[in-house]
Amino acid sequence: MNEFVFVMEVLIAGLLSGVMYSLVALGFVLIFKASGVFNFAQGAMVLFAALTFARFLEMGINFWLAAAIALVIMMVMAIVIERVMLRPLVAQPVIILFMATIGLNYFLEGMAQAVWDSQVHALELGIEDVPWEWVMDTTGMLVSLFDVWAAVICGVLVLVLAFFFQKGRIGRALRAVADDNQAAMSVGIPLQMIWAIVWATAGIVALVAGALWGQRLGVQFSISLVALKALPVLILGGFNSIAGAIIGGLIIGASEKLAEVYLGPIIGGGIEAWFAYFIAMLFLMIRPHGLFGEELIERV
Amino acid sequence: MLYRESGQFKTSYKADMAIFPIRQDRWGVIAVLILAVVIVPLGASEHVIVGYLTPFLIWSIAAIGLNLLTGYAGQLSLGHGAFMAVGAYSAYNLSIRVPDLPLLGVFIIAGLITAAFGVLVGSPSLRIKGFYLAVATLAAQFFTEWVFATFPWFVGGAMSMVIDTPAMTLFGYPIVSSLDNYFLVLGFLIVMTLLAKNLVRSEIGRAWMAIRDMDVAAEVIGIRPLYTKLSAFAVSSFFAGIAGALYAFCYVKSVDFTAFDLFVSLKVLFMVILGGMGSILGSFLGAAFIVILPILLNVVAHELTGGQVSANLITNIEHMIFGGLIVYFLIVEPHGLARMWMTAKEKMRLWPFPH
Repeated sequence: MNEFVFVMEVLIAGLLSGVMYSLVALGFVLIFKASGVFNFAQGAMVLFAALTFARFLEMGINFWLAAAIALVIMMVMAIVIERVMLRPLVAQPVIILFMATIGLNYFLEGMAQAVWDSQVHALELGIEDVPWEWVMDTTGMLVSLFDVWAAVICGVLVLVLAFFFQKGRIGRALRAVADDNQAAMSVGIPLQMIWAIVWATAGIVALVAGALWGQRLGVQFSISLVALKALPVLILGGFNSIAGAIIGGLIIGASEKLAEVYLGPIIGGGIEAWFAYFIAMLFLMIRPHGLFGEELIERV
Repeated sequence: MLYRESGQFKTSYKADMAIFPIRQDRWGVIAVLILAVVIVPLGASEHVIVGYLTPFLIWSIAAIGLNLLTGYAGQLSLGHGAFMAVGAYSAYNLSIRVPDLPLLGVFIIAGLITAAFGVLVGSPSLRIKGFYLAVATLAAQFFTEWVFATFPWFVGGAMSMVIDTPAMTLFGYPIVSSLDNYFLVLGFLIVMTLLAKNLVRSEIGRAWMAIRDMDVAAEVIGIRPLYTKLSAFAVSSFFAGIAGALYAFCYVKSVDFTAFDLFVSLKVLFMVILGGMGSILGSFLGAAFIVILPILLNVVAHELTGGQVSANLITNIEHMIFGGLIVYFLIVEPHGLARMWMTAKEKMRLWPFPH
């Protein structure tokens, strides 16, 4: 029985940490869906958002006001990115856009640390990273309350995004653009505006992810590397599926934690650096477009 | 006027198939070779050779390798840092464990080991395409970093993870000075450039391009995707492996897996994209750009600020400018520096009477 409780504990911790990966992966998916751009700079956006938020909090500004300021900054940034970088690159091959986002990654990383600084900043969201007492008393499992909150926030965010994508004029336009850029443009949907909206949304997701990861790891450069953890989630779930990002995150999180506990001691520690990729590759062998990714039908 | 091929008639199939069919190109190549072999060693200072030219030549090899894979065969790889690491570690282990092996043998076998590793990494490419493949090659990147960090066998059981490379002798001649190293790298570069240039003009190169342009169509006309894709991975990682071995032995003189992280992979990819995909010349231009730019930025930043601003801030601003310039170049010339060169050649052809 004790063994079972332990396995469950590891599993739940894994699932919850998977949700944190999903949050970052979500930012990738949003942009890929709408513009077909694989945005390598998502990690830098997470860093920039978290750093902005943390520094405003340190100035003694009210929590919600600081969040609002960071939000506005991320939106402005999205518009600037669209104007300066995406607009001139319209209709270029995807690899060029991909490389441009790597350039953007360098730029944002540099800017985040030049405007603010490269020290480690603590970020307090008012959620304590302690075991949830209720669960501990009833089942004897140690489940971090912070992780549960993160999962709840992520759930809410996904619901809001799903609603945003399903309803209203903008939602319809977003789905049309996601389906086919050129067809959407030909029926008069302003592509540029939609892109700006999507990048702004990805910026907001980056802010949420950055805040949660920031409390966990401290806001510093290494937070941008979280994006690399989200990539296997992304290919497992499929580049253009929001549900895929969530389920991929859960699978990766759970299997990674289980592997760390059971496989780690056998083949040497530190396997979390690549194990997620390994899992994702296994899935890709069977489903080359990820679990929920759109399948490309190739015609000659 | 100067660059015009009128009057140069090809009277044999051999002349028609020549590697540089235009006379001016041949002269240009010979001039560059003379510059690299004679003038640079005589004229350039130690600092320039060690700090600029040797890394430029090594990165050129790596960039040509990735260009064969991405530019010619159309397979995106984010794992070239890992390939370079495998090359460096193989060369180190070969030279330590097989003391009788001559130096060239060490490098070439290290390249072949890397090629085998590259085939392994590339094997999902039959099923996985595009960015899915790119992320899958990232797995190789993190896996090799972990392997070299975890198992001390690869560094001969040494406790320290950074180890010095052994002394090199080529046909009894010890390679000590920076000029010796420069010539060794240059020799490799010349041979491998020739190899790459000829590969892409041959049957296999055409097969790569067919796969790049549309792999289903290529398969229909009888090109074997398995063989073609994996051969591209093999050749490309062979180049990367040799570049990694040279980087470790001739440039930093130590083997250290942290020198071949993800950002190295991205750096090589930048060289290919900024230089020009599907162009050997582009690989050189891209390598020069990416090697020289950070050094130049650093010098300019220190000149301007005079050491009054903290080094940390300067580094960050350098990153900003570097990123910004890359985006700028992609916007101005998405086809890379090689395309600029092509345009310039077209202009020269018509000069001084453009239509």
